[in-house]
Parts: sequence; C-alpha cells; structure tokens
Amino acid sequence: MRSKRLEMLYRTLIKEHSNNPKNKRTLENATGEIELFNPSCGDLMIIQFKLDHDILTEVCFEGQGCAISMASASMMTELMQGKSINEAKDLIGQFYQLVQGNKEVDTKLLKDAVYLEGVSKFPTRIRCATLSWHALEQGLKEQE
Amino acid sequence: MITNWEKIRTDFPILKREINDQSLIYMDNAATTQKPRPVIDAICDFYENYNANVYRGVHTLSGEATTVYENSREKVADFIGAKEKEEVIFTKGTTNSLNYLAQMLSLEVKAGDEILLTYMEHHSNIIPWQQLAKRKKAKLIYVELTDEGKIDLSDYKNKLNKRTKIVSFTHVSNILGTINPVLEMTELAHEMNAIVIVDGAQAVPHFKVNVQELNVDFYAFSGHKMLGPTGIGVLYGKKKWLTSLEPAEFGGEMIELVKEQESTWANLPNKFEAGTPNISGAIGLAAAIDYLENIGMDNIKNYEEELFIYLYEKLININGLEIYGPDDLTAHSGVISFNLEGIHPHDLATALDLEGIAIRAGHHCGQLLMHKLNVVATSRISLYFYNTKEEVDQVIQTLEQTKEFFSA
Repeated sequence: MRSKRLEMLYRTLIKEHSNNPKNKRTLENATGEIELFNPSCGDLMIIQFKLDHDILTEVCFEGQGCAISMASASMMTELMQGKSINEAKDLIGQFYQLVQGNKEVDTKLLKDAVYLEGVSKFPTRIRCATLSWHALEQGLKEQE
Repeated sequence: MITNWEKIRTDFPILKREINDQSLIYMDNAATTQKPRPVIDAICDFYENYNANVYRGVHTLSGEATTVYENSREKVADFIGAKEKEEVIFTKGTTNSLNYLAQMLSLEVKAGDEILLTYMEHHSNIIPWQQLAKRKKAKLIYVELTDEGKIDLSDYKNKLNKRTKIVSFTHVSNILGTINPVLEMTELAHEMNAIVIVDGAQAVPHFKVNVQELNVDFYAFSGHKMLGPTGIGVLYGKKKWLTSLEPAEFGGEMIELVKEQESTWANLPNKFEAGTPNISGAIGLAAAIDYLENIGMDNIKNYEEELFIYLYEKLININGLEIYGPDDLTAHSGVISFNLEGIHPHDLATALDLEGIAIRAGHHCGQLLMHKLNVVATSRISLYFYNTKEEVDQVIQTLEQTKEFFSA
C-alpha cells in the first residue's frame, strides 16, 4: 500500500531519469545560461543551451536537487533538442498546465515529461518540477 | 501525579486529523506547534465576550481587555523569571523581536564595533545584525562550531574582546538540537561589557527558562512554537536597558506628550509597543503558558528527553542515515537533522507525508550552517510532548520503507 502511493508520484520512468539523468553536463560555448535557486530547499539548477538561429540545438543542465527536479530537468532537456524557440515556449506552457492538473494538455507533445503529471496532487512539489523549465523560459526570454 | 500523555493528546483537536488517509503524526514542532483546546477557546472567548482596544477606552469592555492583556504580560514575566512585568515587550515573534532589538541598539553601535554571532544561528538572528553592521560599519564575526555541532567555546573566548559590543546566539539550535551553555557564554561576554542577546525560540517551549538566572540582557521567543497563536512573541530586556534605549517604532500607545516638533515617550513597556497590540495573541499565549504549567515544564522536559532517546537509538540503527548534531544527548533537545543516503530531503518528506507524517525538509533558515555541514538540505524531526513512542515506531518503519523504495 505504502509503495503504491509513492509509485503514483515517483513512476519508474521518473526514478530512471533521476538516477541516470540525460544531458547533465556542462556545455562549452553556450548561447545562453541561467541559474535558478529553489529558495525553499536551496537547490541549484543551471540550464545551458545553444541556439542555431531560432533552433535549440543543445540543452544541458547542472545542479543538485530532489528526484523530481532532476528527472524533470532530464526530461525537459531531452524534449527540447531541435525545437524552435516558439515550440519550446509552447511546450513550457503546456508543462505548467500539466503539473497544475489541467487535463486538456496534449500529453503526446510532452513525451516523458508527461509522467510528472502526478506532481499536480502535491502542490508543495510543483516548484521542484518546474524549476528547470522556468530556467529555460527565462533564458529564452533573454535572447529576445 | 502521573501524567496521562495519551489523554493530553485529546486536548489537541488537529491530532484527530487524517492526512492521506493516515492518522496525522506531527513532528514539525520546531517550525510551529499545534494548539490545545484551552488556547483556541481563550482566543474565541476574547472575541466573543470582551473584544475592545486596550488602554484608550473609558468603557467597561476596554477596561476588561486591558486587564486581561496586562495579566498576560505578567504571566509571561513569571514564566520566564523576569524581575518585573515591564521587562516583557510583546512583539510579533522572535524574528520581529530581534529586528526590533537591532534597531533599538542602533545608537549603541559604532564603526569598528564587533557583533559576535555563531554559525548555528537562524537567519532571523543573522540578517538583522548583518544590516546593522552594514549601516554602522561594524564588524560581524562568527564563532565556529565543533565537529559534533556544539559552539566551539575556545573560539568563542578568542573572538570575544573589548570591541565586542553585541553577542547574539541561540539557546537551542533549530537544526542540530544543540543546547548551548547560555550562562557560561553570558558571563564571558559580560566580562567584555558586551550586550548579550539570546534567541530562545527553541528553548522556552521545552524546558524551564529563567532569564534572571541566565543573566542575559535580552531574550526573544515566539508564542506559536509553545502552543500559542502565530503573530505573538516576546522580547524580554533588562529594565536598565529598556529604560535607556530609544524606541524604534512610533505612533499610538507609545507616547506621553505629543507636540508639533517633538514628543515624549510613555513608560515601560508601552514605550516599545506602538499601535494596537496583538491582544488576542497575548491572551492565547497566556492560555498556552497556563496549559504548559499545568503539565509542568520539568515533566515535559523529562518526557521529551525519554522520547528523544527512543527516537535517536532507532535512527542510528538505520544504515545509510547520517545524523547532524551532538551525540551527547544531555545537551540535546528534541530536534534532530539527518539525511538518508541517496534520497533528497524533499523526496523523503513527501514519502513521509504520504503516510500522514509531517517533518521538515530544506535548509531550515540556516544556510550558513548548511554550508558548514557541507549539505544543501537536511530532513528534520522535531518532537513535542504530544508525540508518542508508537508514532516514532511508525516514522522509523516509513523511513526504512522509503529507503527500500528509492534504492530499488
């Protein structure tokens, strides 16, 4: 019973991403870099990306944090490779809707990140899930 | 008299709550405590039967409200062993007390003076002094901790000197649970003529504190961490200081005579309580003190010590669990910080919450200490007298299961 509840939030895929995160490395010659703190726990998230015109050719992250924030950053960086700035912004918006419990999100677009849907039932943890997405959003804004 | 601790639990309506279909196990008492029925009733009684502003009315209700508000002050003064009730200033809480004090002492501090803190202070006992030091070009100095998480007394002695104007430290660490030797530290500071300020937020709720015996100049604590409501706290100050220091907030209730270009101040304690005070808060705090005294502070201390040892011995037997803070349990309160290898405190706190267990995860407003411990965050369990051994067993079981879940 106990692990059932936990499993609803920490789906196997989330644990996989958090234990073996994708794109967790430092990017040489990044176009943009954003550092964000989660003030409630002091966790640090650094997002770096490369732009070729308006296409995100690479997105990487560094930092430390809980399983939710690490998995989310891994999923997000994977999802964003090759996306245009506008597509990226749209996906970020969709993800915010998802973790706030909005059922009308096009879940196919979000790929693995859709598994973070369960966070919507844990309001105190939404910030953990959105931290890396906020960082990228801010970074893209600075490119305008 | 034998205390029926199980029966005491029924005084706390919230303990009947279920969280995620499980009975609530509340172990975040260093953040705030739950409220017993008599405290809730005392606040309702004020609003239902004698709500009025204090001091300024001739009418009956105002008289009644003033009497009860002032009786609350007297109760607090007796509870902490103050010499006179005028030495008790009501504030919003510990943070407010320390901020107010940093402003009151602003005229006392000059460029080059030193303010001595320790690395185990809560942000509320750092930033007000940091700001004061910046304004006055004073020096902020921190006392090191020993490896086991006590104040390094030899470092403390070394850093105390004739330039030390203010020494401010916590009675009990909100993260490590360390109980500091207040009397010894106070005497050493007084030898250098320094003003001694103690943050008692984690002490007053758990054992008998006597400010005269400790001989501190100022002592701050919060009502909500000792069964009282939020928004009420205390700043105790020795009368000689309160008499000579200038107030830092101005307005109604704190004046004697107001003229166009200057004014004079009311007597203590009103001089430091500008505006309508938190009347219901003071009444709630007085009811909390009645409740605590009815059980007995020594009784509470003994019960918590026994429960803490029970918890501690089970925690140290969990593989991969690292505890921060002294293993000398004679100088330990019921607060304990730890990390489970490979599990972030936020994930751990969520896993416990799913079983109805409330603990704290994060930096606990102690970023300097986190840095010293070389961690970003910890999990923290903090006990109070309504916790039980059965609850501790539940928590330990859930910790073990969580460990298993995340390592799978």
